[in-house]
Amino acid sequence: MSKLGTLGARLYRGEVGYDFVGKRKIWYGVSILITITAIVGLAVRGLTMGIEFEGGAVFTTPKTAVSASQAETAAQAASGHDAIAQKLGNGGLRITIGGVDTAKSDQIKTELAKDLKVQANDINADLVGPSWGETIANKAWTGLVVFMILVVIYLAIAFEWRMALAALVALIHDLTITVGVYALVGFEVTPGTVIGLLTILGYSLYDTVVVFDGLKEGQKGITKQTRVTYSEMANKSLNGTLVRSINTTVVALLPVAGLLFIGGGVLGAGMLNDISLSLFVGLAAGAYSSIFIATPLVADLKETMPEMKALKKRVLAKRAAAAAKGETEQDPQDEAPYDDEADDDAAPAGAVVGQRRQPNRNNRGKRR
Amino acid sequence: MAAPNKGRRPAAGGQSKPGRALAFILIAMVALTGGMFLSHNTTPRLGIDLAGGTSITLKAKAEPGQESAINKANMDTAVSIMERRVNGLGVTESEVQTQGSDNIIVNIPKGTNSEQARAQVGQTAKLYFRPVLTAQQSAAPAPSASPSSSTGGKATPSGSPSASSSAKSKPSTKPSTNSSPQGRAVSDALKASPTPSGKPSSPTPNPSGSASSGDAAAAAKLQAQFAALDCSTKEARSKAGEGAKPTDPTVSCSQDGSEKYILGPAEVDGTDVAKAQAVINQNGQWIVQMDFTGGGSKKFASITGKLSQQQYPNNRFAIALDNQVVSAPTVSSTLSGSAEISGSFTQQSAQDLANVLSYGALPLSFQEQSVTTVTAALGADQLHAGLIAGAIGLALVIIYLVAYYRGLAMIAILSLVVSAILTYTIMTLLGPGIGFALNLPAVCGAIVAIGITADSFIVYFERIRDEIREGRTLRPAVERAWPRARRTILVSDFVSFLAAAVLFIVTVGKVQGFAFTLGLTTLLDVVVVFLFTKPVMTLLARTKFFASGHPWSGLDPKRLGAKPPLRRARRTSAPVDPKEA
Repeated sequence: MSKLGTLGARLYRGEVGYDFVGKRKIWYGVSILITITAIVGLAVRGLTMGIEFEGGAVFTTPKTAVSASQAETAAQAASGHDAIAQKLGNGGLRITIGGVDTAKSDQIKTELAKDLKVQANDINADLVGPSWGETIANKAWTGLVVFMILVVIYLAIAFEWRMALAALVALIHDLTITVGVYALVGFEVTPGTVIGLLTILGYSLYDTVVVFDGLKEGQKGITKQTRVTYSEMANKSLNGTLVRSINTTVVALLPVAGLLFIGGGVLGAGMLNDISLSLFVGLAAGAYSSIFIATPLVADLKETMPEMKALKKRVLAKRAAAAAKGETEQDPQDEAPYDDEADDDAAPAGAVVGQRRQPNRNNRGKRR
Repeated sequence: MAAPNKGRRPAAGGQSKPGRALAFILIAMVALTGGMFLSHNTTPRLGIDLAGGTSITLKAKAEPGQESAINKANMDTAVSIMERRVNGLGVTESEVQTQGSDNIIVNIPKGTNSEQARAQVGQTAKLYFRPVLTAQQSAAPAPSASPSSSTGGKATPSGSPSASSSAKSKPSTKPSTNSSPQGRAVSDALKASPTPSGKPSSPTPNPSGSASSGDAAAAAKLQAQFAALDCSTKEARSKAGEGAKPTDPTVSCSQDGSEKYILGPAEVDGTDVAKAQAVINQNGQWIVQMDFTGGGSKKFASITGKLSQQQYPNNRFAIALDNQVVSAPTVSSTLSGSAEISGSFTQQSAQDLANVLSYGALPLSFQEQSVTTVTAALGADQLHAGLIAGAIGLALVIIYLVAYYRGLAMIAILSLVVSAILTYTIMTLLGPGIGFALNLPAVCGAIVAIGITADSFIVYFERIRDEIREGRTLRPAVERAWPRARRTILVSDFVSFLAAAVLFIVTVGKVQGFAFTLGLTTLLDVVVVFLFTKPVMTLLARTKFFASGHPWSGLDPKRLGAKPPLRRARRTSAPVDPKEA
């Protein structure tokens, strides 16, 4: 871990750095591939909606000695679908099974009667409607859309519209991938899944906001220097906040991984799995997209601005000139990323040393 | 280390009095915990999936000749209205669904008031404002309150409002010596014969007598019904005027059985009510205030305008709920906009009635078939597994934090403990407070919130470490890092809170419950970071252990790779090779 600490320091100082922004084509490609897979999975396999959305069959039995969990197992074996068994006040059972039609319910009734040691005629079968009705689903969609509009407006005010747009793309990317995984894995979608998906909303943006905060700092006065282009600056601030991103992701994923692999794994399928799978996939996608998608997207959008284009021209021209000079001075390329000698507060800004400092440490003295 | 006076600027927003904030949060924790034990609720209320509850089965009743009204559309409407009634805030985890073609199951979690819920869901809540044609006391009158009028259709105390309870109430009649039935007034108002027909929602052509000969016959029939009307028992009262169309005159009892009426055709109905709320009037009594829609307002103004010119008892209008008169105030001036229902309401019964009126009338009437307890849908093993997994997850988070942040992790762990105590006590107190129930998704959400809360600490710690890398000593680093970390934390938490607020306002049911939990944990996150983590950090920065950058403090400048204060030769390192895309 101390290695990570030192790595953090080196990342912070820009001594090492991974070129996230430069390799953006790869990340976009990876994301597009995963997203297409997710969409194809959705189109071909579709989502298996749970009983709360679809309704199903409900079997009410007379008094029986069989416990609810035994009945649940029996019902699942008989129907091949998830079942919920509840003991009633009179000692009978209420067993709800999803994805069952009337034709199949007779057969299930017979099997249940055998398993529960009651008469088949005493079991009352009935179709049951969704408890998570269309109203709830529709309103949830409305809420999602309203939230996205508002959050884009807010981020556009807090940061700028380009970042807001990139954050939205990253968010939609996370949600699509998560839903797609459900389609591919074939897990039933329960209210837990939807709740998990909605939890990701806030979280995916949390990660992105942390990264953008560093980016915003980095771009202060970017046009007033000629050492780095916007993309290079974005990459450096990304590396500077990398440890932060890694730590926040690990810390958020650990409890969810606990739920998924320990909670869900021990018990097999169940509500826990539904919730934690969507959370796990969503959080992982959220962490990935905040680094690999959102920031490169902002850089791409920024680089189309005339002043950034001009900056890039100046930077490249200066580098070409420096290269032509045959390196009489230090190589500007390794001058930019790190600068050991400047004591941060010592030299007034504008001194030679000061100019060579990283953009995000510029103006330190003048801030506020 | 750099000289301590370097880079010291008064930190904006730095807390000068960490003690005060800590005292505040400590008092809050003690108060919440105390409140929890005082209210004898030491565990949060759990939803049906975890704790089971009560299951009510309701069967749709078909009016004669109206069997077609029991169709899927009407059943679905009934389900969504009932859902809103039992789950107003979306946090109670009640479930409503259809079963078969004509049953509705309502599941209420353990610990909620099932009596109250039963009264709420079963009530059809058909509301009509009808002019009073005739009124007669049908029981020994209790001392009456004299009606007074104010803007907003003042109603004098009348029946007990909730259909289930039979509370004592003061009848509202002015003892009038001879309120003999006036057949003339009745026949004037007649339009069609009041044969039992059906629901307004599905009118059927109803052969009514021809106007001239029918009027008298109908009037006589109504008079006969009125004379025979018995308002002494609850069953009889609910049968009174059953099946009469809102466009016909009808007979009706007051809810407390003290008065019986012949009522004219309905002039305003429940669909004209925009919203209803329980408020306290000037006399300190609970009343239900109804605001009308634009169209409703016009209709209400026209009926009150007409009535105010009449003489008693014909200047009264009756507010009839499910064929029973809740109140029948006299009208002395034209009113519009809103109306009040007053009576011997308790806060609870006023809120229940307002709630029922707000969400509208059921398209069908229902009869309670059975009420039974049900056990947890998921069983205790899921909750246990979730809690065990959560504990393991928490342990992993702590191990990771200790490994990475060393001494700083202590602050993070303490903050998490504070956060956990606050969350637990508040959720527990919200159970009896607003009927808040935790379901399994919410438990998982709380576990995930651990990680999200820890994120805020990480953002702050990393900022402090950045400052130390700059070569600052700890105390200025702590103060300088705060404003910048604070911004990140606030923006991120605002985004989460925005999600919670939007979902809470827009959605219903389980999603709304989730939004509530998310909003709560987000707010607590901010509270803990601002009032606990930051002050503790400030205090600890004064201790030798942290300030000297002990290797185990997690703030060792050497380990963090802080820039040495002395100028040294430049290290050479692999240059970053920025690739131009």
